[in-house]
Amino acid sequence: MFLRPKTSEKLAFATLRLSMALVLAFVSIIVIYITVNGYSALSLDFITQMPMKRMTQGGIYPAIMGSLMLIGLSMAFAIPLGILSAIYLNEYSTPGRASWAIEMAINNLAGTPSVVFGLFGLALFVKYFGFGASLLSASLTLALLIVPVIIRASKEALMTVPQEYREASLALGVTKWQTTRKVILPAAIPGMMTGIILSIGRVAGETAPILLTGAAYFLPRIPDSVFSQFMALPYHLFVLATSGTSIAQTRPIQYGTALILLLIVVMMNSIAVLIRRHYRNKLNR
Amino acid sequence: MMHRKKKEKAIESTLLMVSGVTVVALFLLCFFLFREGYLLFGDYSIISFLTETSWYPSSSPAKFGLLPLLTGSLIVTAGAIVLSVPLGLASAIYISELADPKIAQLIKPFVEILAGIPSVVYGFFGLIVVVPLLQDLLDLPTGQTALAGSIMLGMMALPTIISVSEDAINSVPTALKEGSLALGSTKWQTIYRVVLPAALSGISAAVMLGIGRAIGETMTVMMVTGNTAIIPGIPEGLFDPVRTMTATIALEMGEVPQGSEHFHALFAVGAVLFLITFMINLIADSVKKKYRLQEGV
Amino acid sequence: MSKNEINTNINIKDLNLWYGEKHALKDISLDIPEKSVTALIGPSGCGKSTFLRCLNRMNDLVKSCRIEGEVLVDDENIYEKDVDVVDLRKKVGMVFQKPNPFPMSIYDNIAYGPKIHGCSKSETNERVHKALNDAALMGEVQDRLGDPAFSLSGGQQQRLCIARALAVKPEILLFDEPCSALDPISTSKIEDLILELKKDYTIVIVTHNMQQAARISDHTAFFLLGELIEFGRTKHIFEDPQVKSTEDYITGRFG
Repeated sequence: MFLRPKTSEKLAFATLRLSMALVLAFVSIIVIYITVNGYSALSLDFITQMPMKRMTQGGIYPAIMGSLMLIGLSMAFAIPLGILSAIYLNEYSTPGRASWAIEMAINNLAGTPSVVFGLFGLALFVKYFGFGASLLSASLTLALLIVPVIIRASKEALMTVPQEYREASLALGVTKWQTTRKVILPAAIPGMMTGIILSIGRVAGETAPILLTGAAYFLPRIPDSVFSQFMALPYHLFVLATSGTSIAQTRPIQYGTALILLLIVVMMNSIAVLIRRHYRNKLNR
Repeated sequence: MMHRKKKEKAIESTLLMVSGVTVVALFLLCFFLFREGYLLFGDYSIISFLTETSWYPSSSPAKFGLLPLLTGSLIVTAGAIVLSVPLGLASAIYISELADPKIAQLIKPFVEILAGIPSVVYGFFGLIVVVPLLQDLLDLPTGQTALAGSIMLGMMALPTIISVSEDAINSVPTALKEGSLALGSTKWQTIYRVVLPAALSGISAAVMLGIGRAIGETMTVMMVTGNTAIIPGIPEGLFDPVRTMTATIALEMGEVPQGSEHFHALFAVGAVLFLITFMINLIADSVKKKYRLQEGV
Repeated sequence: MSKNEINTNINIKDLNLWYGEKHALKDISLDIPEKSVTALIGPSGCGKSTFLRCLNRMNDLVKSCRIEGEVLVDDENIYEKDVDVVDLRKKVGMVFQKPNPFPMSIYDNIAYGPKIHGCSKSETNERVHKALNDAALMGEVQDRLGDPAFSLSGGQQQRLCIARALAVKPEILLFDEPCSALDPISTSKIEDLILELKKDYTIVIVTHNMQQAARISDHTAFFLLGELIEFGRTKHIFEDPQVKSTEDYITGRFG
């Protein structure tokens, strides 16, 4: 009986360690499984060729290009919107109705399921604005989906900029906007970058919203305008893995596509971690 | 001189307008979701939508019963939470209380990758690995079941639960822990008698956010749960195929003529889903605020 | 001490300041002499820093702050509606308690003000060199103007901040306990510098160090609980204070 607290502690700690190990095992198993199976499918042809023979052979070039265009376009909308909003919230707004409404909107948008964004994009961009099922509709939808993420990350980055910088600059007779542009923003940009890079991974992987707003099942060419439909990696994987008559035949292509998606995400995460480390070291100097 | 002041004022107004885009977006989102959903109730009664037990969108007359989809979502989410909360909480305690800070720093990127893996890749992995495994292990007619969805969603909710609980645990003042340790309690006694109760509201927020994440997930569930719109039994329904609200929207929207009754029915389902996640966020938010107040942060 | 004897260029009339409900400055009236050093002393929380920040309207940054009364700088009330704080702050420079250089090179820190205020490259360069000379920093940094400002010692950083303020060509310099984070050697360098600068600038300095006030200031104002208790020539304040609480503070009975 005397040993009981110690014994129960040992038991409890063993359970905690086991749980953590299990979580790490999940990540490892998924990553390793996809990597091992997808590796053999990867080749230069795989990423540079059109799909062939009803997508059972050939590469995934149009899906890669579609995803890149989607990322580029949605980021072009979301980054300025996100950073400027964060600047307003952190540097300009005073507690009041306006900032309450904005914060509330950001929180709710951040918690809204992506498929609901898909419905919204379908109703507003595809139907109401008449952009049709297109690269533009899908990019705008995804941009709204990630704006809250970018705002939060950017705001956090702005919050870490020491108040002394603001005071020092203002005391020199520099306007607020000049202070923000010349001192605050440069100091906050590394932090903002991590948020932006992580949201690139998110845009690359989102499927439900683009499925409702413009992703195409099969399209043997690269979109030539923002009003055309497009192929995208995640939707391509979904299509090959779940529909059609040749699910088994296209298995290698599925693994390859999944691996490329995974690589994008891991790469983005690594870059974000590196940026964070680099600047943390710099600040601690 | 006045020119400069005007310019500064103009910049501030511009920034306010840009930030206002989020508010407008939320407003438009609600407006379009509810308007398109509301149009269903011209011909179809709202009572039937809420009480009808079957979802037969293409029979005539069509039946748009929310219940099978709602219960489908709930059972998959419940399973996911039962699996992920203990595991996530234990991992969070490990990271913040047990692990060497260096090891914790190594673990975090793994958790971030878990958060970053696209849902379609989870779905793909579930479809190819977990579904056949369940079928064999449990000797089921098909492995595409609510359970498969719960397992995958559980994994996907883990990063949210881990990082939010870890935050909550970390914000428990060190003085509190030291006080308990100084009385001769073991570290574990301190954790479950002092740290966890103090972090409870933060942990509840983590659970709420995990639920929000799971109930809104689309691609993964669509790929592993079999998508049969039947009200599942509890708990044996876990071993049957189910269809969630999210999967229904994503599956059927592609084949629906715009403006049809079915089209509006899917928006109505989306509106319900939005209301649910809205409530969950509201609760998570107020719980979080509460623990902020307690901590005096 | 009337205006006839000494020229003043900062005149404060019935200044009151509230932080929310808290009445932090009460009916302050004070004329600050030109081209000399005026020290503000008093126990912490007495309002001396708050008062200093009224002179370049840095209190504008505090949301709950409300101000009544007049502060005339060169006979212009800086709390008038149409006053541009940007012009005011160009005229009234400030050096803070903790050295606060920007995360830029030494050169860019000083060039920051002139550049933003539209100086040409050569003019900026000229101002940077003059400011470094005037701040007695040139000798120590002339070979490494491109190095990050954070590579300087604390005392050097503070002189850099003084140089940065000088480069904007102010008339008045406000110092908010500029030496409280510095070692004695750096402190004496800054004090020497202040004595040098008063030939060209009106200087107001907040200090909690009475010896410092005695060493460098020409006039001293003693604050207590948001009120101006006594103001006069430093010599008189320290040797023959008229008010009991001033004497108590100076002789170290509280503070």
